[in-house]
Amino acid sequence: MRTVGVLAALAVAIVLQATLSGMWMSAGTRVNFVLVAVVYVALAFGAVTGLLAGTAGGLAQDALAGGLVGVGGLSKTLVGFFVGVLGAQFIVSQPIPRFVMFVGATVVHELIFQALYALVESRAFTVQYSALLIQALVNATVGVLAFEVVEGAPGILQRRHSRGTVFGRRRY
Amino acid sequence: MLDIRRRTGVLLFVLTIGHIFLISVQVQSKSGVPVLEAMTFGVFARVQQGTSSAVHGGRGFWANYVALRGARAENDALHREVADLEVRLQEQRALALRASRLQALLDLKAGTPLPTIAADVIAGNPNPGMRTLTIGRGTADGVEADMAVIAPAGIVGRVVGRPASHAARVQLLIDRYAAAGAVTERTRAGGMVVGLEKDPPLTMDLVSNLADVKPGDVVVASGVDGIYPKGFRIGQVEISERGAQLYRTITVRPSVNFSNIEEVLVVLVPARPATADADPAPAAVLPVPGPKK
Repeated sequence: MRTVGVLAALAVAIVLQATLSGMWMSAGTRVNFVLVAVVYVALAFGAVTGLLAGTAGGLAQDALAGGLVGVGGLSKTLVGFFVGVLGAQFIVSQPIPRFVMFVGATVVHELIFQALYALVESRAFTVQYSALLIQALVNATVGVLAFEVVEGAPGILQRRHSRGTVFGRRRY
Repeated sequence: MLDIRRRTGVLLFVLTIGHIFLISVQVQSKSGVPVLEAMTFGVFARVQQGTSSAVHGGRGFWANYVALRGARAENDALHREVADLEVRLQEQRALALRASRLQALLDLKAGTPLPTIAADVIAGNPNPGMRTLTIGRGTADGVEADMAVIAPAGIVGRVVGRPASHAARVQLLIDRYAAAGAVTERTRAGGMVVGLEKDPPLTMDLVSNLADVKPGDVVVASGVDGIYPKGFRIGQVEISERGAQLYRTITVRPSVNFSNIEEVLVVLVPARPATADADPAPAAVLPVPGPKK
C-alpha cells in the first residue's frame, strides 16, 4: 500500500512538473516537484523508502527529460537517503524543521546534480545561486504545504463529515 | 554516529554503483572511448600496475637478497682478480717506463763514442751523510774505481771504492765530497763543480769575477779532472753573483734528477791523472736536454 502510494505520489509529481513546464517555462525551473516528493517520502517513511523513491523518481525524470539517465537518479537517491537518515535522527514534525529540511535537500541535490554533470561532461562546476535559492524556497513551501495538507486532510474531512451529519439531523 | 542499518547501507551502495554504471554507459570520454570502458580499463590498469609492482618487488627482493647467497664468494674472487690485474697493470706500466728509459740509455750509448755499459741501480744510499748509490755492475763487467757514471740527462757521478764483482758504489755529483771540472757552454768559463747540501745542490767554484757567467748558462764537464768525459752536461746556472774576493758565487741546478735514477751507463774508461787542459777522451756528442721543470 505504501509502495503504491509512493509511486503514485512520484507519478503525480512528474506529471505536475511536466505540465507546469509545458505551460510556463520559467515556472518549471522554480520548483522541482519530484524532489519535493522524494524528500516528503524520505521524511515520512525513512531512509530506505527515501532512497528507493529517489532512484525511481530520478530515473523517471531523467528518462523523460532526455538527458543523461542516472545523474538525477543518483543525486535524488543520495538526497532521499540522507534526508531519511536525518529525519530519523531529529524531530522533523513541525513546519519550520521541515522547511529547513526541504531547503537543505534542494541545495544538496542541486550541488550533487551539477557536480555530476561537471564531472561527466568535463566542464566547470557552476551553480546559479539565486535560482537555487528561489527553487529551494519554493520547494520548501510546496513541501511544507503538502505535509500540512496530507496531515490535515483527514481531520478536516472528519470535521466536515461530522458537521454534515449534525446538520443532516436537523429538521426544520 | 548515524544509526544506519546494514541493509540500508548495502542498498545505498548498490544503487550508487548502479547509477554510476548507468551514467558511464552513456558517456564517452574525450578519446571517444566510453567512460565505463575507460574507467574499467583505468581501474584494471591500476590493478595491473599494483600487481606488476608487487611482482617486480618480489623479483627484486629475490634477486637482490635471496639469490645473492653466492655473491660474497664471487665478490671475493672478483676482488682477488682485480688485485691481480692491478699488479699486472703496474708491472706492465713499469716495464713500459723501463723500456723507455732503456731506449734513452741506448740512444746515449749509441751517441757517444766512449765504451759504456748499462747498469741497474740496485740500492740507494745507506748513509744519510753520503750521497751514493749502488749499481749492479762490478769488476766482472770491467768496472773500476773512478770510472764516470752518466745518464741520458747528464753526469751522475763516479765509481768510488773498490767495486765488487757484480756491484759498485757510485758517488753522486751532488755529494759534498764530489767535484768535477766544468766549463760554461756559452763562454767556456772554467771552474769546479762541487756538491752542496743546499738547494740547488751544486756550486761552481773557482770562476773568476771577470768571467761572463749568467743564469741559464749550461754547465758541462771540462774533462780536466780525468774522470768525467768532456762535454757531458752537468746542469744549468741558477745564480751567478760577483764574489767578495776573486771568484764568483755560482749555483748550478743539476740536469739529472737524482731522486729518480734507475739505470745508468758506466763509462769504461779508466781514470787518468788530472791535467790542466789535455783531454784525450773525445767530447761526447750529446742530445742536451732542456732544463728540468
